[in-house]
Amino acid sequence: MTAVTHSEHGAPRDQGGPASTRIVVGYGFWIFLLSDIVMFSAFFAAFAVLSGNTAGGPSGKQLFDLNEVALETGCLLVSSFTCGLASLAAAARYKIKFYAAMAVTGLLGAVFLGLEVHEFVGLVAKGAGPQRSAFLSSFFTVVGCHGLHVTVGLLWLGTMMAQVYAKGFRADILRRMMCFSLFWHALDIIWVALFTVVYLMGMVQ
Amino acid sequence: MSETQIDPQSSDADLAPGDEALDGAGVAQGAWGYVIGLALALGLTAASFYFAGSKLIWAPAIPAALIALAIGQMGVHLVFFLHITTGPDNTNNVLALAFGVLIVFLLIAGSLWIMANLDHNMVPMSRMMSMQR
Repeated sequence: MTAVTHSEHGAPRDQGGPASTRIVVGYGFWIFLLSDIVMFSAFFAAFAVLSGNTAGGPSGKQLFDLNEVALETGCLLVSSFTCGLASLAAAARYKIKFYAAMAVTGLLGAVFLGLEVHEFVGLVAKGAGPQRSAFLSSFFTVVGCHGLHVTVGLLWLGTMMAQVYAKGFRADILRRMMCFSLFWHALDIIWVALFTVVYLMGMVQ
Repeated sequence: MSETQIDPQSSDADLAPGDEALDGAGVAQGAWGYVIGLALALGLTAASFYFAGSKLIWAPAIPAALIALAIGQMGVHLVFFLHITTGPDNTNNVLALAFGVLIVFLLIAGSLWIMANLDHNMVPMSRMMSMQR
């Protein structure tokens, strides 16, 4: 930081006219992400209220496999990291590095989804589907909603790679890429809340 | 103060959330930020998984410890991955985040509070069954 902040010396910060499209788009998408997080918080509240109501069925402690959850967590965390590298590569206009980082991000996201589907299928096969108890209904809702977001994110990831391939690093494509990376990082933040509240605290009680 | 013109590319202009501030810093420095973020996040995640299964912490305090670690990790993600900072170019983003956090807190704490209260006042299911007979 070499430049001095003007706002500290009385000059208004908004003298540069309206903000650039990139800032307006990024800010708008940030507002959307926060509203998405508010929606998730409603599901979390439902889970927290209902997590003890197993209706005589299995509890989280009997169902969850923490090794699988740790693997899912690692996949999503590293994919968030490679997504950051992809946005750096896009900002610097490195095409090959961009494709490579995005491909790794998508691959890790797909592994995460595969593990989650595997877990869901196993639970349903054990008779612990969403109909079994209020606890399992809220579990499948909150974890499934996150999985749905990851699925949409994977579709978006493929679209971004195709758009960069077809149109190059145009300003509008770079804005979309910025929104995508925000989305992907936000999904990882929600997963932090998920593995803590749903899995780890479910194992503790 | 003759120079009031603000160049949108300079660090004086507002930043979009998640934007890479590549004003001469270079890709290497940007990547370094992500490496630090990844290391911190992995450390906090490992700590969460470890404390959940260990006897190192007094058992009734484990949920509180897990929540503290999770909030810390969310902070790491916000700063190193989403580039939300306390700088003057980020005021709008931080204010929006603060409002979001307020709503999330009200929703979760309010639901837990009200539902625990209702639960407390409700007739136990076993007595309700015997009353119906």
